[in-house]
Amino acid sequence: MTIEQLHGKLISKEIKVEELVHQYYEKIEAKDKDISAYISLCKDNAMKNAVLIQERINQNKDITPLTGIPMAIKDNMCTKDSKTTCGSKMLENFEPPYNATVVEKLESSGSILLGKLNMDEFAMGGSTENSAFKKTKNPYDLSRVPGGSSGGSAACVAADMAVFTLGSDTGGSIRQPASFCGVVGLKPTYGTISRYGLVAFASSLDQIGPITKTVTDAGLVLNATAGKDKYDSTSSERNIADYNEYLKKDIKNIKLAVPRQYLASGISAEVKDSILNAINEYEKMGIVCEYVDLKLADYAIAAYYIISSAEASSNLARYDGIKYGYHSENYTNLIELYKNSRSEGFGAEVKRRIMLGTYALSSGYYDAYYKKALQVRTLIKNEFDKIFETYDGIIGPTAPTTAYKIGEKSEDPLEMYLGDVYTVSVNIAGLPAISIPCGFDSHHLPVGLQIIGKAFDERKILQIAYAYEQQSSFQGLIKEAK
Amino acid sequence: MEYEVVIGLEIHVELATETKIFCDCTTAFGGEVNTHCCPICTGMPGTLPVMNEKVVEYAIRAGIALNCEIAHFSKMDRKNYFYPDLPKAYQVSQFDLPLCKNGYVDIEVDGKIKRIGITRIHMEEDAGKLIHDQWGTGSLIDYNRCGVPLIEIVSEPDIRSAEEAKAYVEKVRSIIQYIGASDCKMQEGSLRADVNLSVRPIGQEKFGTRTEMKNLNSFKSILRAAEHEQRRQISEIEHGNIIVQETRRWDDTKGKSYSMRSKEEAHDYRYFPEPDLVPIELTDEQISKIRKELPELPEDRVNKYINDYQLPEYDAKLLTVSKNISDFFEQAVTSGANPKKASNYIMGDLMKLMNQYDDEAIPFDGDKLAKLISLVEAGTISQNIASKVLSMMYETRKDPAAIVKEENLAVVNDESALSEMIENIIAQHTKSVNDYLGGNTKAIGFLIGQVMQKSKGKGNPQMISRLLEEKLNKLK
Repeated sequence: MTIEQLHGKLISKEIKVEELVHQYYEKIEAKDKDISAYISLCKDNAMKNAVLIQERINQNKDITPLTGIPMAIKDNMCTKDSKTTCGSKMLENFEPPYNATVVEKLESSGSILLGKLNMDEFAMGGSTENSAFKKTKNPYDLSRVPGGSSGGSAACVAADMAVFTLGSDTGGSIRQPASFCGVVGLKPTYGTISRYGLVAFASSLDQIGPITKTVTDAGLVLNATAGKDKYDSTSSERNIADYNEYLKKDIKNIKLAVPRQYLASGISAEVKDSILNAINEYEKMGIVCEYVDLKLADYAIAAYYIISSAEASSNLARYDGIKYGYHSENYTNLIELYKNSRSEGFGAEVKRRIMLGTYALSSGYYDAYYKKALQVRTLIKNEFDKIFETYDGIIGPTAPTTAYKIGEKSEDPLEMYLGDVYTVSVNIAGLPAISIPCGFDSHHLPVGLQIIGKAFDERKILQIAYAYEQQSSFQGLIKEAK
Repeated sequence: MEYEVVIGLEIHVELATETKIFCDCTTAFGGEVNTHCCPICTGMPGTLPVMNEKVVEYAIRAGIALNCEIAHFSKMDRKNYFYPDLPKAYQVSQFDLPLCKNGYVDIEVDGKIKRIGITRIHMEEDAGKLIHDQWGTGSLIDYNRCGVPLIEIVSEPDIRSAEEAKAYVEKVRSIIQYIGASDCKMQEGSLRADVNLSVRPIGQEKFGTRTEMKNLNSFKSILRAAEHEQRRQISEIEHGNIIVQETRRWDDTKGKSYSMRSKEEAHDYRYFPEPDLVPIELTDEQISKIRKELPELPEDRVNKYINDYQLPEYDAKLLTVSKNISDFFEQAVTSGANPKKASNYIMGDLMKLMNQYDDEAIPFDGDKLAKLISLVEAGTISQNIASKVLSMMYETRKDPAAIVKEENLAVVNDESALSEMIENIIAQHTKSVNDYLGGNTKAIGFLIGQVMQKSKGKGNPQMISRLLEEKLNKLK
């Protein structure tokens, strides 16, 4: 059931919060041994909170659309005194001394945290195979990946082991797993949701966002989590009361752009067909869809991997085995302690990015790589701005393929990186984008449609997504998941 | 061969903000280890910095007072390196777009004014402190200082002697104190200087290879380190050796410097823009508001002392070198002290005492000096006793009147007591008495001194000399 539906039942007292939370833990018990979406559960706390929140409902006090709703978050958002691992051996036993702003906000909304979700180590990856702890399976086909890095968050919603989840998206980490798992994933404009307490991967690209069953639910979660935070200087002052404001507005005047480059090479034929069908559906609604050029799309991946790895190399330098986290037992001096703690505590992909980023920032290479990437970033932004002068949204595929087999790409990082081709430029330009289900391939695996909007225009992309969702047969797609 | 020394200085100043640069923790010095810190300043995963606006304001004040251009657009950068006192493994600093640049300060050495260029002033965060060896097994870290705001003031290589280096630091320190941006307490490390020094044959235009000595925290060590390094480099060159570009550690107790690391081992700091902070954008209005509200600078006070208080230029300059002393002087004058008399006590007895105790400030307020002066003016104590009272005030911080009373230091105005002393002295010093009576009137000075000594300095000098003359004249 969706947030909307459950909210009705909770308010009418058709169901009690405790029962609902209990039901979800039963589902987790039954399904998660196969899916492995959760890293940790906080059942005692959740059951305790359920009683308190039921009290609120009984007194009709401080009720929000999320009150009493069971949810879960990616394990890179800090929860006070309870483990926040980032999917890494480095932080296996790390208990933050504070709550992330989103955790505080969700708590005050009255939603109930069930547990923390699996992810690629430090959010680096697109399959959740880089977790130091477990491989999450795709609920549609347990031999396949759920996507990543928020694979746990997407699989969890697809298998209905939480009503909604939060993921984080640095280069597609919310949208691509949402696409692979047939759920809705929204990456808001950079600065919409506070990053305070989100363990940083690439600070200028990271953004938290909801993974939900419906477009409406995504707007509801955004309402509860967005807003200026005095602890995050990059959070936006913009104050939008209701992100779902435009959902039911007339869609007729909307104009959509379809980048030719997104449907050219590298895309699977079946994904392409689903996208063309979706475009067709929009046209049937009377929406103008026109092909445009996004010429710099080719450079986006290179720029993305330089910028994100450079920032990561600095952000992850603090894991040195001294203050918290993994501490090697094998050292005789300070340098060895650093080297061995980091060599033993980090996985291969994280090390690869740290090396890449360190190299890109090194004196003598800075201008050729990092500085160049920043210039490309500006050009990509400009190119998007230009398109948004004429169009309300850009539509295309979220990922070039549907979910692939576990192990299929994990030996070839470059091929894995190419899977980010449609998502990274959105982060580079700081724009909002949503992935919604738009069909199945012949293996009955979901395909995702990506809708990109201009900065802080979440209301419009939600409107565009909602219009498609209402007429498509894919709403409630998740019922078919295992 | 004759050599010329070329010095450039980097001065680090801890700003006087109440809270740290990126969080709400206190900047207070001291405190139990690891009590002035939080998840943000200890760099816990997921935390973010938020710029303390007061830091920017103080840095702009420093820039204006040191005649810099203030940037309308500047940004923070990350300087990456591993060290246990740096919990994020990067220091947030400024690299290519500092807040202030192209300034200068005028210094005076041997009566000559010289202008020293200031390349730039940038903002950054301080690191924590390692505590070594106390437990034998390793080092511990105190993060209290982590995130305390600093400005780094970088000079041009315009300085040509150790004395100039010292004068430059004194001048910068004084200005920073005046504008209230820092207390600049060198003993507590709130002002530290790095000395970059090279030598070259006089007449040569090209700079020699420089070395850097870091974290000098007293004027004496700046002076000695620069003099020593100058001699060392000249001697190396004279012996046919070349100077290696390196960082050297100055050991002030041994009076020697040691090589720390050479340029080959130098860090690549991999600077890049700090993505967690937004750029600092300033309007003309914001800058000119800070300019207008800038506190009085030393030059302003020098002029005031000469014109309003009729002090000699020498006094005015000496009193204004340190803001502490200048503030003390102004308190004394405001409390009614005669400016020249207050100046004399400060330049004489009080500066001597400050040197003796190695203090950066006088441990009591200026109004107490005013009270002391009024005791002298009223004839309650003598000039000599005043000095004695002043040193007791310095030690005990007590009120001068209380000291005079407790120590029984008031002038003795008792005629009969003084007469008795005088008669004794006349009886003991017949030679001087005879000299006087024989026409050598100067001999009376010696006799007055003897009586004064007998009265332990407390006899009313006018009364002594009147009584003595009367008695001697009777003997004629």
